[in-house]
Amino acid sequence: MSNEGLLILGLLTPLLAAFGSYCFRKNVNVRDSFGVLGGVITFLISLKIFNGLQADEQYVINLFTLFDGVDFLFNITPLGSIFSLIASSLWILASIYTVGYMRGAGEKNQTRFVFFYSIAIHAALAIAWSGNLLMLFIFYEILTFSTFPLVGHKQNDESQAAGRIYLSILVGTSLVLFLPAIFWIWLETGNLNFTSGGILDGNFPAERLIFLIAMLVFGIGKAAIMPIHRWLPAAMVAPTPVSALLHAVAVVKAGVFSFLMIVVYIIGPDYLLQSQASNWLVWLSSFTILAASIIAISKDDLKARLAYSTISQLSYIILGAALATTFALKGASFHIITHAIGKITLFFCAGAIYVTAHVKKISELGGLGFKTPLIFFAYTLGALSIIGVPPLIGSWSKLFLIIGSLEADFLFVAILLGISSLLNIYYLLQPVFIAFNKKNIKNINITKAPLTVWPPVITGVGCLFLFFFSNYFLNIINGVVA
Amino acid sequence: MVSGIFIIITSQNYIKKIVGLAIFQTSVFVFFVSLAKIIDGTAPILNSQNNVYSNPLPHVLILTAIVVGVATSALGLAIVLQIYKNYGSIEENEIKKEELKENN
Amino acid sequence: MSIILDDAPALVVILPLLISAIIAFISSPRLAWFITIVTLFIHILLSIELLLSFSSFGLIIYEFGNWPPPWGISFKLDGVNIGLQLLFSAFVLITTIYSRKIFLSEIDPDDSGKAYSLWLLAIGSLNGIILTNDIFNLFVFLEISALSSISLISLGAGTNRKALLAAFNYLIIGAIGATFYVIGVGFAYAMTGTLNMNDLIIQLTQYSEGQLAIFAGMSFMLIGLMVKSAVFPLHLWLPPAYSYAPSAVSTLFAALATKAILIFFVRILYEVFSIYNSYLILFLEYILLPLSLIAIFAGTIIAIYQDDIKKLLAYSSIAQIGYITLVFSINDNSGVLAGFVHIFNHALIKGGLFMAVGYLAFSINDRVTLQSIEGLGQKFPITSYALLICGLSLIGLPLTNGFISKLYIFQALYSNEMFLTIALVALSSALAVIYFWKIVEKLFFSPKGFEASIEDPAIYIPIWIIAISIIYFGIFSSPIVEFSSIASESLIKGGTN
Repeated sequence: MSNEGLLILGLLTPLLAAFGSYCFRKNVNVRDSFGVLGGVITFLISLKIFNGLQADEQYVINLFTLFDGVDFLFNITPLGSIFSLIASSLWILASIYTVGYMRGAGEKNQTRFVFFYSIAIHAALAIAWSGNLLMLFIFYEILTFSTFPLVGHKQNDESQAAGRIYLSILVGTSLVLFLPAIFWIWLETGNLNFTSGGILDGNFPAERLIFLIAMLVFGIGKAAIMPIHRWLPAAMVAPTPVSALLHAVAVVKAGVFSFLMIVVYIIGPDYLLQSQASNWLVWLSSFTILAASIIAISKDDLKARLAYSTISQLSYIILGAALATTFALKGASFHIITHAIGKITLFFCAGAIYVTAHVKKISELGGLGFKTPLIFFAYTLGALSIIGVPPLIGSWSKLFLIIGSLEADFLFVAILLGISSLLNIYYLLQPVFIAFNKKNIKNINITKAPLTVWPPVITGVGCLFLFFFSNYFLNIINGVVA
Repeated sequence: MVSGIFIIITSQNYIKKIVGLAIFQTSVFVFFVSLAKIIDGTAPILNSQNNVYSNPLPHVLILTAIVVGVATSALGLAIVLQIYKNYGSIEENEIKKEELKENN
Repeated sequence: MSIILDDAPALVVILPLLISAIIAFISSPRLAWFITIVTLFIHILLSIELLLSFSSFGLIIYEFGNWPPPWGISFKLDGVNIGLQLLFSAFVLITTIYSRKIFLSEIDPDDSGKAYSLWLLAIGSLNGIILTNDIFNLFVFLEISALSSISLISLGAGTNRKALLAAFNYLIIGAIGATFYVIGVGFAYAMTGTLNMNDLIIQLTQYSEGQLAIFAGMSFMLIGLMVKSAVFPLHLWLPPAYSYAPSAVSTLFAALATKAILIFFVRILYEVFSIYNSYLILFLEYILLPLSLIAIFAGTIIAIYQDDIKKLLAYSSIAQIGYITLVFSINDNSGVLAGFVHIFNHALIKGGLFMAVGYLAFSINDRVTLQSIEGLGQKFPITSYALLICGLSLIGLPLTNGFISKLYIFQALYSNEMFLTIALVALSSALAVIYFWKIVEKLFFSPKGFEASIEDPAIYIPIWIIAISIIYFGIFSSPIVEFSSIASESLIKGGTN
């Protein structure tokens, strides 16, 4: 199949999966198998593209011109291929998990859920593969709107309020800041295409770059940097498959991915380094890392704690982008992968605990580890990976980030990353200790839900396994930075 | 002119408002007609004695405007009649009161 | 045949007016509707003919009875109004197709002939506003359109008696506005002795320093037109009038009535006033610009607190008119271009929204409020999705024509370095999400469950034509941009004298 065909097929598959699941809404097994099938197909396509890019293949489609200098353009960059690979591979597991969770928790309106889930994946893939900033924005908005029904899925007052916060922050910031920033770039350069080395150098006044970066980093609300992080904890009212795939992988990663794309392919790391326009962002993201970790400690609800942990981890990536040195960018790109695998494992586990034992709070986990050892085994692996303990994959990205911060002469940041790891250890491993504490064993009825247990085990083992294959990713990440 | 607007704004009665509107419009008509006046001019009739005559165009314009004004008043009165049938009153404050009651 | 085509500029106005007189005596609703459709079909053919002759000959000036200015009345078809003429024809045809069942459900069927007579009267006079080149003739058309639309609005009394109050309100305010305009015309005539726009420009050049009487006259004219086009704070007649009128009527007026007057407004501003540059700049910078900004925010914020959806849309119109006058207040090509782009796009968007909301009102046989539309997204999916598309375009998301408007508005503001205004516009567009999303949330995400019911294709096809054209012009925006740039070029040159 030609490269263009591959790209189009990859984009269409989630859409077809969505409509397939809608058409077969009467037959639940067929309906739910569309998600798995779509996941497998998009994963294979993403993998082929990922390998193709390393062999210097081009994946470009230009459908038509929207306005001067801006086309309806898909163009897969190395960074995009990483994001799509991670999103599609986790989609397979997440859709298996969704079946187990949604049926286990007895949720209503499952068809609508599966439908919008696939649409959201489509949007995430399109973001990954978009060829210019406007295309990225279009699918960024589609992603926001398609996840709204998922956040408000329960349709009670609480979820409706959460849905409003979610939508108003994400759409509000994007319309007030992100879109004007895109217009600004376009008006100055007449171009929005992702070009390696950036398009701003020489076209954009360096003294105004700092405002542009501020508009972008706050405009991309999905990156959840403080003080616009409130939507992420609010979104946790959604069923866990949403929190797992979308609010640990697709949506939040779309945010930091967008910012990373802008730094690498629009602003250009060299130009950014030379203008020093992102130094303030280093401090802000460091603050977010620390503050979110501290808030996470105070949360007793497992999903809320994981949400704040996500906010903290996302800022690692923003930090890497703001440092803009070679190692920092490598670390940031790699962190997209490592955090995705690690955090989805943790969310899968949180959902599995809820389905099997109906427990949401960390303080009520007492002794549960003995009854559901597999879940906690997976949880521990995921947690250790995020903390950055070798030999788990998360250690690589953290290492790169620390080297990157030293490279940029931010010794303080390197120290801060260390402190943050200590905090990680506390708030991520505390549930494990409580669960394996013999003193607090309570009688909890366990319902078996194997479909929710095995996906986290797979991703958890993946964290361990991929540590040894990091070169596979590093090859292409080097391509991003070069 | 000002008295016309004053009536429109201050009076509570819808018919009085229409009267105010008519006064307001008429004042403008008079303004137009006064524009046309030329000293010692007569009616614009083509004959040999009079070669100084008023400008006929403003008169023509005002003829049109009068027709428009009449139509406006007629329509206004028709609507007031309907308001009376529906609300039983043409006093603005009474109707407002009733609206408030309806909303509560 | 060629005689008819030569008279096309006059016919587009006279034909609807003539037929309206005949149609008033027809009592069969179907026949009245059918004759209206045929008339408007001829109307659109004439408009296309006008476009063709415009593209080959350029400016068309049609003198009634071959009287040259300043004696005769003339129509002028130039770059400024050719695009709007075409949009107008197409839109009234679609609205009329859509109106058949909805309109008749809200009025007494025996009156349908009279209703369509008023309908055609409004269409003819609005078209006159678009084409006329004579400032007094404009007053006449303004009043015909006002009287016919007031009568149409009062027809809404069949469903809600508040329509009468809205109509009366509109009558009084509209008449004051028109009279103000006439006073201005009087001053202009006193100083120049002409009513023809082109002649007026020539005559005004003799007062190159400007005279107080001229400025007073101009100010009266502008205030009168601002009342008629509902520029904040002279907009108070608009929200009740749009929201209590029959749905088809609100659609027609929301999409076109204020737009036609706005076109004349900018024509006066830029063709006539450009002679007095300092006065123009004074008016634009210290009156129109701040008022537009207030309009954008006031309209949006009041819309957020509305419960009644037609009222909500009407207040959103105030804000959108604010956007248009905002960019018109930038005294350059890019601003006027953006204004015209938004006139076209907003006509489509608001028309589509009112159509869809009108259909919902028709189907539930009640006023559409946030409570009464709960869950209707499941009951009437076809209409609701069209409403969704129009609404997304109202917010200005990419791939819809609202985005194109936004792009050009930003470009105009940016090239004039109005950064604070950009920030305010961006903020207000985000506020628009709030009121729009309130509707979407109730429509689609309400716990009330409904089975999908059958919708009427005769009604939803026109709605979807609008919805599809919104997306089409969002992707292939060049026709709208082309017309707008022709318009802005011929305006900023200072007219064709």
